Amino acid sequence: MCDTCGCGDHEIVAVDVHASLLAANDRRARHNREHLRADGTLALNLMGSPGCGKTALLEATARRRGSGLRLAAISGDLATDRDAQRLRAAGIPSVGITTGSACHLDARMVHEALHDLPAEGIDLLFIENVGNLVCPAIYDLGQERNVVMVSVTEGEDKPLKYPVMFRKADLVLVAKTDLLPALPDFRLDLLRENLARVMPDPRAVVLSARSGEGMGAWLAWLDEALRELRAPGSPGRHERKDRPGVAGS
Amino acid sequence: MHEWSIVQTLLSEVERHARARGARAVHRLQLRVGALSGVEIALLETAWETFRERTCCEGAALEIERVPARWSCPRCRVELASGALLRCGRCGASAQLESGDEIVLARIEMEVAGAAEVRSATTGEGS
Repeated sequence: MCDTCGCGDHEIVAVDVHASLLAANDRRARHNREHLRADGTLALNLMGSPGCGKTALLEATARRRGSGLRLAAISGDLATDRDAQRLRAAGIPSVGITTGSACHLDARMVHEALHDLPAEGIDLLFIENVGNLVCPAIYDLGQERNVVMVSVTEGEDKPLKYPVMFRKADLVLVAKTDLLPALPDFRLDLLRENLARVMPDPRAVVLSARSGEGMGAWLAWLDEALRELRAPGSPGRHERKDRPGVAGS
Repeated sequence: MHEWSIVQTLLSEVERHARARGARAVHRLQLRVGALSGVEIALLETAWETFRERTCCEGAALEIERVPARWSCPRCRVELASGALLRCGRCGASAQLESGDEIVLARIEMEVAGAAEVRSATTGEGS
């Protein structure tokens, strides 16, 4: 019964919805993941601040991988196609997504970009997200693993400032170590401790795309992840809590 | 600013439920937003005020329950102090997030014409 006008012909109904507001994106991400897994493609969501060295890492990865594995990339950028151009020049088939004002990639954008890549035969698909330590963290794209990059010039406290992003990381890459001689105050032990406050199972590779330091450990991690994906009977394990620890590296 | 796209999803979800029940107006929405969801509540509220104009939510109240991040040991079930290393002090196991990463539309209160037969309804999740 309406208390205001007494019209008596309508009521307040409470609908218990209890649905995630990311459900539509998550559904599209699952679709992407099913296709990528069926093709045996290891998809990695590479995230990090603008300028932390994501594109340089992929260029260096392509150089060291030689013709051993087939790489491809999808790269998101607000306004340009420059990253995708750089990757193509490095020999990686790449699709650029210009997001305009959107600060992150979502599963729909990745799905559309996948149609512009070779349909089969990709071993490693790098999804280079928009440079941003906030928004990309909450959108599942259908990746198998999350890789978060932080360069040594960004300081040790990035994990504490951006816990949402680092919590989602399966691997953290601490990049640009060739600059360490110019950064006498940088403390790697403190960065590692901060990671352990936001990641239950922190894994980090310390590297420099320029000098090559740590690139071997990065490539070994990729090989291990690809092996896990393609292991007989592998259900595909993107939820880190369901995944047994990866030995070594 | 992904809060803007989240509000657009919210509005279309509410619109869908309201239309399905022939609602005349939406009175109240309840959301649950976790501390580790990556959503900034102030930005969400700004986006809400901007986008709800001329929608079914124009006159609706938005209630947001903030859910704190709770980590615990999956073996000992002991809860970890906030800001601590995410490893159980007793057995050394990696901590598990119990709650705090959700972005959930919990409840919609709407005004339905001639709905004397229904007072409360539950919908299946992710339909």
